[in-house]
Amino acid sequence: MSNLKTISLTVNGEKVVRQVEPRLLLADFLRNELNLTGTHIGCEHGICGACTLLVNGDSVRSCLTLAIQVDGAEVTTVEAHGKPDSMSVVQEKFQQCHGLQCGFCTPGMLATAEDLLNKYPLVTEEDIREGLSGNICRCTGYQNIVDAVAAARDEVRSQ
Amino acid sequence: MPESNSSQYVGSRVKRREDPRLLTGRGRYVDDIKVAGMLHIAFRRSDYSHARILSIDTSAAKASPGVVEVFTAKDIEGEFNPVLAQSRMRDYQPTIMQILAADKVRFVGEAVVAVVAESRYLAEDAAALVEIEYDELPLVTDPEQALINSSAKLHEQMDSNVLLQREFNRGDVDEAFYGASVYIKERFRFTRKTSLAMENRTYLAEYNSAEQALTLHTTSQVPGIIRDILVDALDIPGSHLRVVAPDVGGGFGGKTSLYPEEVLAPILAKKLERPVKWTGDRIEDLISTSQGFDEIIDAEIAVDREGRILGLRADVIGDVGAYSIYPWTAGIEPVQVVSFLPGPYKIENYHGRVRGVATSKPPTGPYRGVGRPVSTFVMERLVDMAARELQMDPREIRQRNLVQPHEFPYKAASGIVWDQSGFTQGLNGACEAIGYDGLRRTQAQARAQGRMVGIGIASFAELTGIGSRLSASPGMPINTGTETASISVDSTGGITARFGVTSYGQGLETSLAQVVADELNVEISQIRILQGDSAAVSHSTGSYASRGAVLGAGAAILACRALDQKLKAVAAILLSSSAEDILIRDGVFSGPGSDEKLTFKDLAKAYYSQMGLIPAPIRNEIGELSATQMYDPEWGTTSSATHIALVEIDPDTFKVKVDKYVVAEDCGQMLNPMIVDGQVHGGVAQGIGAALYEEMIYDEQGQNLTASLVDYVVPSATEIPRMDVVHLDLEKPKTLGGVRGMGEGGTIGAPAAIANAVADALAPLGQQVTTLPVTPQRIFELVQAAKANQ
Ligand code: FES
Ligand code: FES
Repeated sequence: MSNLKTISLTVNGEKVVRQVEPRLLLADFLRNELNLTGTHIGCEHGICGACTLLVNGDSVRSCLTLAIQVDGAEVTTVEAHGKPDSMSVVQEKFQQCHGLQCGFCTPGMLATAEDLLNKYPLVTEEDIREGLSGNICRCTGYQNIVDAVAAARDEVRSQ
Repeated sequence: MPESNSSQYVGSRVKRREDPRLLTGRGRYVDDIKVAGMLHIAFRRSDYSHARILSIDTSAAKASPGVVEVFTAKDIEGEFNPVLAQSRMRDYQPTIMQILAADKVRFVGEAVVAVVAESRYLAEDAAALVEIEYDELPLVTDPEQALINSSAKLHEQMDSNVLLQREFNRGDVDEAFYGASVYIKERFRFTRKTSLAMENRTYLAEYNSAEQALTLHTTSQVPGIIRDILVDALDIPGSHLRVVAPDVGGGFGGKTSLYPEEVLAPILAKKLERPVKWTGDRIEDLISTSQGFDEIIDAEIAVDREGRILGLRADVIGDVGAYSIYPWTAGIEPVQVVSFLPGPYKIENYHGRVRGVATSKPPTGPYRGVGRPVSTFVMERLVDMAARELQMDPREIRQRNLVQPHEFPYKAASGIVWDQSGFTQGLNGACEAIGYDGLRRTQAQARAQGRMVGIGIASFAELTGIGSRLSASPGMPINTGTETASISVDSTGGITARFGVTSYGQGLETSLAQVVADELNVEISQIRILQGDSAAVSHSTGSYASRGAVLGAGAAILACRALDQKLKAVAAILLSSSAEDILIRDGVFSGPGSDEKLTFKDLAKAYYSQMGLIPAPIRNEIGELSATQMYDPEWGTTSSATHIALVEIDPDTFKVKVDKYVVAEDCGQMLNPMIVDGQVHGGVAQGIGAALYEEMIYDEQGQNLTASLVDYVVPSATEIPRMDVVHLDLEKPKTLGGVRGMGEGGTIGAPAAIANAVADALAPLGQQVTTLPVTPQRIFELVQAAKANQ
């Protein structure tokens, strides 16, 4: 089991080179090797979306991705979206609209939201709900998350 | 009375202080915590629902890379005292918690062997190598079979599989039924669900052998309860045992009970003298976290020509699973079904019986709403069915039977006393908000076009913020009626408020800061809230049963009042005034005797640090600038609401779409309306899940067929409608602060409202909804049955 592979990638703008087991999940790599515990694991089978993050700008399930698969890639986790005193637009709208309760699904929601806002017009509420439908939130009933994404869309597009 | 502040926090939409950390990945959940030398546990769990363990071979597991030790029940014998949930209920049979299954297994997923290794990966590798030989025992999966068949007993030492039974009686039910013009009898089924918090259960135990002190980090809603029982189970004094629940990723009841893994982690940390962590995965959650509901309800209602309810009868079988869960007992879920069944209605004749039957499935425990989603579903279905027979509008029949505003306090048929609450106002408020009459007209048009459109109403009441006169679970010998707040001003003027009530998403850190800021008349940012730590206050049982805001705010108010007196006594000396004349405004003390003004910092420095300003005898008397108070609301208070849903059934897929949803509720004084709305939204979403999608399915072998999120379907953003929440502005209850609990109501009302709406949509076909979830498959079957009847 010690056939370690060397990977080199960019995580939140910093170059990272590590030796990893081929079976190591990207989520575990980030959480355990890099201490980036903002990425959450809710199911480890690709359904809940809690582990969603951005790889080369696309939203990806880090529980279905091996660390070795992102060799050479650019990974962005929730820690890089903003800091507590300088949050991103989407993060701010989540706070304003009360789009989170326990916060466990939130990092995945934020990554999905960023991806959606970058790629789709998100004209209607249905578009937003459709886009978020791969992320489960057990706390909020989604309404305030949908409103937060709509508010972020309006703000980003008005700039 | 608190002086007026320039800003009033209670009642306003204050942004949550927990959000910046949770939004930026800087929260601290149990699995985020790593300590030096930490080991990881993986379990080998039972593949059988009822079997004797013949042998366990751990040799291959022990030889597996990175494995430190492998434990079976034998290896931890004598390391703990037995844990069992006691109750004063008559005819109740407790069960002993199996930390690791000893001689036999009683459900698929029960932990049998624990492997401890250097990493979670290595522990799981080794767990797969454990060999267990079983001898299968007779199946105990069907609760009705288990009830009558005493030959197949799950717990041999017991008289039967019936862990509890209870009856409620009022009036003469037979007589009432005799005189009825409408009589409905139906069998209802509310299937098994699970809380499904997004964060899985995780425990990290550290033992300091030099100090003989233990710290457990746990994904728990009730760190105080866990501390108290672990003290007994592990013989460690409470002063040396600290239970911490940091950021917790949702709970909804699933994290209110003590779990075997939660006892085992401390045992192993002590034995190995190394920190050990267990991080549960989703499959383990689905097969071993406490599950919810699961009752068969035979119910009958008798109604007169005017629609008045004359009598109600119910016989409930609760499938409580293999063990009576600590501390709530197996009674918490099914007994509440019977005690709350009469709902917000005036019912003079009632007979309810409940039996909780052990089966070889995971134990049931509290899940959001506890019992009342089921009782409301049954009662509201019966009321609608009676209305249909009478050709009366569902709104009208409710209006005629609800306890009227002048009739409070009202003692319900099961003995629960409702204090003043907006029962009728809720019904009217919801009808108005959704435009009920217009909606009925729209429905008639849609029906004329052959569309399956339905409107469903559900009215209910719940007892929240229960004090010490009642127990949160029937007969449970634990005081769940008090909470503590401890508020102190340190030598720099820093204000810290410690609470026993915990937060696992409800934003109590913010709501409680609002209360404290208003009471002390300070800027909210000056207040630090500490909670989720058994060391924060001397006694606490945590957050469950819609009590956190009621008891937390009450304790905060009492502690602030006591602290306020001390602060004013000190200020009076410093400002050459008398305490009664001291004013605190925006965190500044002033008095008529002087132009000087003091901030909290000035006052604290003067009091603690500057010699000679305060005479020693006075300081000796006042003591620390802090106050700790307990609050006991004694009986609790009644929250109530009416939900109305508009649904449409797709004629091709039989999928139900919820088009409109309205809630009108009386939750008393809102601490933070934004948070209150969020609680309602989330509760309704879980209720819609329970009504349309969620079902834990066990086959007759006791195998869980829904052990992944592909099979246990919870709603996503596309299944949940936009909700309109109306808060009734009515007389406040007598709780301190006028607060009523409201964390569970959404889940109580939604299953019934959706069930009635789907039934209404199917009404032209003459079919009834009696089982939840009412899935496309079940609707298809109803439609087929209707066709066959034609
Ligand atoms: S943890 Fe990756 S989708 Fe659930
Ligand atoms: S905020 Fe708790 S799961 Fe979404």
